[in-house]
This record gives sequence, C-alpha cells and structure tokens, in this order.
Amino acid sequence: MDLLTLARGPILQWALVIFVVGTVWRLAGILLLRRKPDYTEPRSTHTWRGAANLIVKRTVPKREFAAQTAFGNTIGYVFHIGLAVVVFGFVPHILFIKSLTGLSWPGLPSGIVYVVGALTVAALVAALVRRISNPVMRLISNADDYFSWAVTIAPVITGLMAAAHWGGPYPTILAIHVLSVCLLLAWLPFGKLMHAFLVFIARGTTGALFARKGAST
Amino acid sequence: MSATVVNDPVGGVARGVPRPDLRQDMQGEMPAQERVDIAMRHFVRDFGAVAATYMESCVHCGMCAEACHFYVQTGDPKYTPIWKIEPFKQAYKREAGPFALFMRALGLKRKVTIEELQEWQELIYDSCTMCGRCTLICPMGIDIAALVSLARHGMHKAGLVPHELWAAAERGEREGSPLGATPKVLKERIEWIADEDDVDIHLDKEHADVLVTMSSIEIQKYPQAMAAVAKVLNHLGMSWTIRSDGYEATNFGLLSGNADWQRDMSMKMIKAAIACKAKLLLLPECGHAYTAMRWQGANVYGQPLPFKVRHISEFLGEHITDGSLRLKKGLNKTVTFHDPCQVARRGGVFEAPRVVLAALGAEVHEMKDNRSMNWCCGGGGGVISIHRADAIRYKAFEIKMRQVEDTGAEMLVTSCSNCRLSFDDSQAHFHWDKTAHSLLEAVADNLDDTPPARSVAPAAIVNPYREAPAP
Ligand code: HEM
Ligand code: HEM
Ligand code: SF4
Ligand code: SF4
Repeated sequence: MDLLTLARGPILQWALVIFVVGTVWRLAGILLLRRKPDYTEPRSTHTWRGAANLIVKRTVPKREFAAQTAFGNTIGYVFHIGLAVVVFGFVPHILFIKSLTGLSWPGLPSGIVYVVGALTVAALVAALVRRISNPVMRLISNADDYFSWAVTIAPVITGLMAAAHWGGPYPTILAIHVLSVCLLLAWLPFGKLMHAFLVFIARGTTGALFARKGAST
Repeated sequence: MSATVVNDPVGGVARGVPRPDLRQDMQGEMPAQERVDIAMRHFVRDFGAVAATYMESCVHCGMCAEACHFYVQTGDPKYTPIWKIEPFKQAYKREAGPFALFMRALGLKRKVTIEELQEWQELIYDSCTMCGRCTLICPMGIDIAALVSLARHGMHKAGLVPHELWAAAERGEREGSPLGATPKVLKERIEWIADEDDVDIHLDKEHADVLVTMSSIEIQKYPQAMAAVAKVLNHLGMSWTIRSDGYEATNFGLLSGNADWQRDMSMKMIKAAIACKAKLLLLPECGHAYTAMRWQGANVYGQPLPFKVRHISEFLGEHITDGSLRLKKGLNKTVTFHDPCQVARRGGVFEAPRVVLAALGAEVHEMKDNRSMNWCCGGGGGVISIHRADAIRYKAFEIKMRQVEDTGAEMLVTSCSNCRLSFDDSQAHFHWDKTAHSLLEAVADNLDDTPPARSVAPAAIVNPYREAPAP
C-alpha cells in the first residue's frame, strides 16, 4: 500500500475511531459527574432559555468589552470562519464527505477557497504571534495551546501545498495533507480543541444557572 | 517558580502598586506535602459536573484579564482571572479529569507544590473579590468566580488563608460575629440605638412573620441601619424580630472558604427563622450575605427553606411597587447607585434599588458601567479585611472613583455595608469628597406617615422579583 492509500484508508479510520471514542470519553467524564440538586427558590424557571440565550449571545462580545477584545476576536472570527469555509466549501472536500456520508452540496469556486485558506493561515499566524507577544497570553499558555495551534494550521498549509502542486509529488503531498487531518481528528478530544464541543456545554451551564438567579449574562 | 520569588512570580512589576510585604500566612502545623494533598483533596471533593465543565473549557484566550479591576489597574498578567486558579486547574487535570490517568502516567501535569500554593494565596484571596465581572467576558462562558470560591475551600483546609480573613472567620464561628458583635453586644447596641433614635426594635420575639438579620459591619459601624430597618418595618406594620440566636448574615465561612463554618453560620439564621415561624428572612445591606443565604442557604439546609429570603433592597422595591411603603420625595437631588456585585450581577437584583430611588424623588445618573457591568468597589469577598491587599484595593478603587465622578451626581448610594466600608476606607485614603450612603437609611429618613391617598398602587412599575435581566 502506498502512503496515500494508507492515509486515506486505515489511518483515517483509526483517527476517526480515536476521535469518536475520545470525545465520548471526555464528555462522559464531565457530564456524568454529580449534579447537586438546587433547593433555592428560583427567580426564573426558564433555565433552558437562559442556556440557549447565552450560547448564542456570547458569540458576540458585550458592548462594554468590544474595544478591548476587538483584535483577538477579529483574528478568531477570521480563522474559525475560514476553516469552516475551506472544510465545507471546497469541492474535493465535499466529494470526500459525499463518499463517506452520501451528503453533498454545491461548492465554492476553488479560487475563493484558496484565498480564504491563505487568510486562515494569516489569521492563525497572527493568533500565534499574539499568544507569544501578549504578556497575559504568554503567561497562561501551555504546551496544549501551541500543539493545538500547530495541529490546526497543518491541514490548511498542506492543503494549500497540494492545491498548488508545490513541495513534492502530488500524491505524497496529498497523503501528508490527509495525515495532518488525521492528526487533527485524533488530537481534538484530548486538548483544548475540544472547545468545539465544550463551548456549548460551558455557555449553556452558565446561561442556565444565571437565568435561574435572574442574574445577568 | 521557587519559594524565593514568591513575591513576583512572573517578573511583572505592577504599575504603581507597591509589592505586598513578603508574607504568607499559614494556620496549623502540618508537613508541607500534607498541606498540598489536603488542599487538592478538598478542592476536588466538591467537584461536580459544573465545575468540571468550567475546568475543561478554557481556551487560554486571555480575555478575562480585561474584565478584572485588579488586572486592568495594574497591567500585571498574574492577575488574569483564570491564572488565579492555575494550580487547581493543574491538580484537577492530574487528579480528577477524564484523562487523569494519562496525565499522571505520562507525567504531563506536574504535582503542585506547597510553594506554588503559598504564592497563589495572594491571587486567590487578596486580588479576587469574587465579583464575577470576568464571567461576563469569557467567550466560553466559564464562571471563573465560582472556581475561585472552590479553590478557597482547598486553601482553607490546607491552612493557607490570609491571616486577618482567617481570624475574622474563626471569630465568627466561635463568637457568632467576625467583628465582635456577640449576642451581648448586639443587645447593648440595639438598646442604645433604639433609645437614641426613639424607635421600637423588636429583639427575640417568640413569633414573627419577618426575621430581620444584620451585618456585623452595621451593628458595629453603621448602627443607624438597625434603626432604619426597624422604622421601615414598623411603618409597614409588620410583625418582625431580630433574634440573638440568628442575626449575623455576613458569612465569613463563605469568604474564607470554610464550608463547615459557612454551614454553621447559615444554619443559625435558618433555625432562628424556623423557630419564630418566619415567612420571610430579610437580609441586610450586604452582598455576600445574599449569595450565602439567597442562593446557597437552601442547599446548606438540604431542602427548600420554609420561608422566603429577600435582600432589603428587593423588599423595599416590592413594597413601594405594591403601594404599601409610601415615601416622601425627600431625596430631590442627582444620585448615582453603586450596584453591589453579589446582589446585582450575581444575585439578579437590578431594578429594585432604582424603583426605590425614583420613589425618593432622586434623579438617577447611572455610571457608565452599571447593573451587571458595574465595577466592584475592590473590597468584596473578604479583600477589605486583608491589610496586605490595601495597595491593590486602592488601585482598583480608582476605577470606581472615576466612574462616580463622571456621573456628576451629587450623592452616591449603595445597598451593601461592606461596599460602604470599602468606600469609606478608600474615601479617607484618597481624601475624596464622596461618601457612599445607604439606600435603606435614605428610605427610613423619608417615610411618609400621612394617611394614604385613595389610589396608591403605581401601575406602571414591574414586579422587581420577576424583572428581566438587565440588557
Ligand atoms: C464549533 C464551534 C467553535 C466555536 C464556537 C469556537 C470558538 C472559539 C473561541 C471563542 C475561541 C477563543 C477566542 C479566540 O482565540 O478567538 C477559540 C479559539 C480557538 N479555536 Fe475555536 N471554536 C470552534 C471550533 C473550532 C475548531 C473545529 C477548531 C479547529 C479545528 C478550532 C480551533 C481553535 C484554535 C486553534 C483556537 C485558539 C487560537 C489561539 O491560539 O488563540 N475551533 N475558538
Ligand atoms: C485551503 C486549504 C485546503 C486546501 C486547498 C485543500 C485541498 C485539498 C485537496 C486538493 C484535496 C484532495 C482531494 C482529492 O483529490 O481527493 C483535499 C482532501 C482533503 N482535505 Fe483538504 N484542503 C484544505 C484544507 C483542509 C482542512 C482544513 C481540512 C480539515 C480540517 C481538510 C480535510 C481534507 C480531507 C478530509 C480530504 C480528503 C482526503 C481524501 O480524498 O481522502 N482540508 N484537500
Ligand atoms: S471575580 Fe472579579 S476580582 Fe475575581 S478575577 Fe473575576 S473580575 Fe477579577
Ligand atoms: S476568558 Fe475564559 S476561555 Fe479565555 S482565558 Fe479567560 S477563562 Fe479561559
């Protein structure tokens, strides 16, 4: 088996297994913990609404915090949306998803995907520079932050390389691209990238608890 | 990071803030390792799904720093809210998280050392008022203030609490008041102020509909509050009492992190309320008292409380709204209101004090950041009791001072005696000309004793218990 077949076949399969098992394990490890009953008299019983509310609302920072967080938020928005556009808008990706799930949708022109991919790389690089240069972020960062960054940017860079037919024979670069995706999938449940799931749980938890108190979120 | 650099762990020199004295407090005798183990065990012990969710979700984006008065005023990264619980986060991942086994086996997370815990004493106590402002900025929605509260449980068990705070809590547990307002002192103070103000204050009635509780700060420093609450309740014609077996509402067990003491302190009031068959336990102008009893009291008790719990400002707002409390518009000046963090942002009471101020005829000039976005006075969460924290507390207060000044209001009002204490202390420090006045006392000074006109109920005001969260 050549590298590409290996990457697309068993390695990708294993990566998916690790991704699913890891995600379930981590979520279960958190969600199955004890939840103490709350006997206090609620101010509001609309806790589900509070949860949904905060999940949506915290996507945009509060007006009072907009200025201080503008730079970091802009970077974050660019690379998150960029990732989504590239993963779900690029025609070869859609074909791949179709081969797995049968689902498909119209893709974007490749030119647009390349521009978005380049912007995503730029934003991720800016995020890294900020992490290293901002004293607060440098202090609170750990290995997970840097590794997760690398694992996130890798498929974007290798994807662009493959598309540009740059850096080596196409099948090899494509194989590396697929391997970088496998690494991302396999790492996601174990480090901070899990925030893709946890963000809903954490915001929902606070939204519900605060709604119960009538406190503001 | 070793013990020799405890004073300046990240090499950042806070702008304009003198370093705290090199001083770390310890209670009790035990080997260093045992302290660490106990701290972590008790920290992890009350870990439920909520705390675990928060511990797992941080993306290290650093935004929370921008919400915290201690960071904003110093620029020192160690005051980043989530950093304040870093050793506990490490310990959680190593000892309790879903991958704890791997973390330990692969040595991915080091064991926390006693030096680190000692170093973090300043971060967990001196520079966090548990005001919860950071909770509102976190893109993940992590309630960092709740985690600091949990970290304090571990620190207390390990005997690593700033000494003044520990001593106040211990005294509260032993004598019934952190400030020496023992039942005997309470009686003397009540007799004196009742005489001074010529008001009936009911003490130790066997049965009453309302159990009135106090803050020791009021008993000792603002005794006028006792007369004020008496005047209001007498004006309303209510059956009420203060009871010497359950009057102290400031919960230093909660502030210092001792869950057992917190329970003892809350249970005294709960038992007193049950004993006198109260329908309402009225909390004083005190923020953390509200958190402790309104939002944790029933859970300490282990079942729903057989009475309601209200903060005095809610109570006043409610009775103005239903027309039973009639006030003279005696406060006809411009007023700005300082929202106590625990009552407003974390407690859900936003509009009631504004209803009260409007009824008093005041023209409210809101601060730029008000209601849920208010800035803390800097002295909550027990910080005001820690001498070592004075410098940073004053620094944090500068934000508040600026915001109050910017309103141009003639008068400053709040509904927390601990905030008032903090304002008084900072006012003296800065030779400032503004004093924080009590909402309750303003009401008591303006009771309308003329017989009610026919239509009293103002129709347009919403029920402050059911109000929507502030925008
Ligand atoms: C499902 C929805 C997701 C949401 C709501 C979300 C939200 C966030 C937020 C709020 C931040 C922190 C703020 C910032 O630094 O911009 C963040 C950081 C980050 N996210 Fe996501 N995220 C999601 C999915 C993902 C996925 C799928 C990936 C990667 C494959 C990812 C990669 C990252 C990275 C690498 C960072 C850290 C950037 C840095 O180093 O500063 N996110 N995310
Ligand atoms: C601008 C960025 C990217 C470009 C230009 C790009 C380009 C490509 C190309 C040309 C293929 C080959 C399709 C084929 O011949 O079968 C491919 C496959 C793939 N890419 Fe990307 N990619 C990019 C980013 C990403 C990212 C960020 C992810 C996931 C996080 C990703 C996931 C995949 C997957 C799963 C495949 C399927 C491999 C297969 O065919 O078995 N790509 N990509
Ligand atoms: S709770 Fe308040 S004082 Fe504590 S870290 Fe958050 S913003 Fe700062
Ligand atoms: S704002 Fe929230 S996610 Fe960001 S560093 Fe602070 S606690 Fe972590």
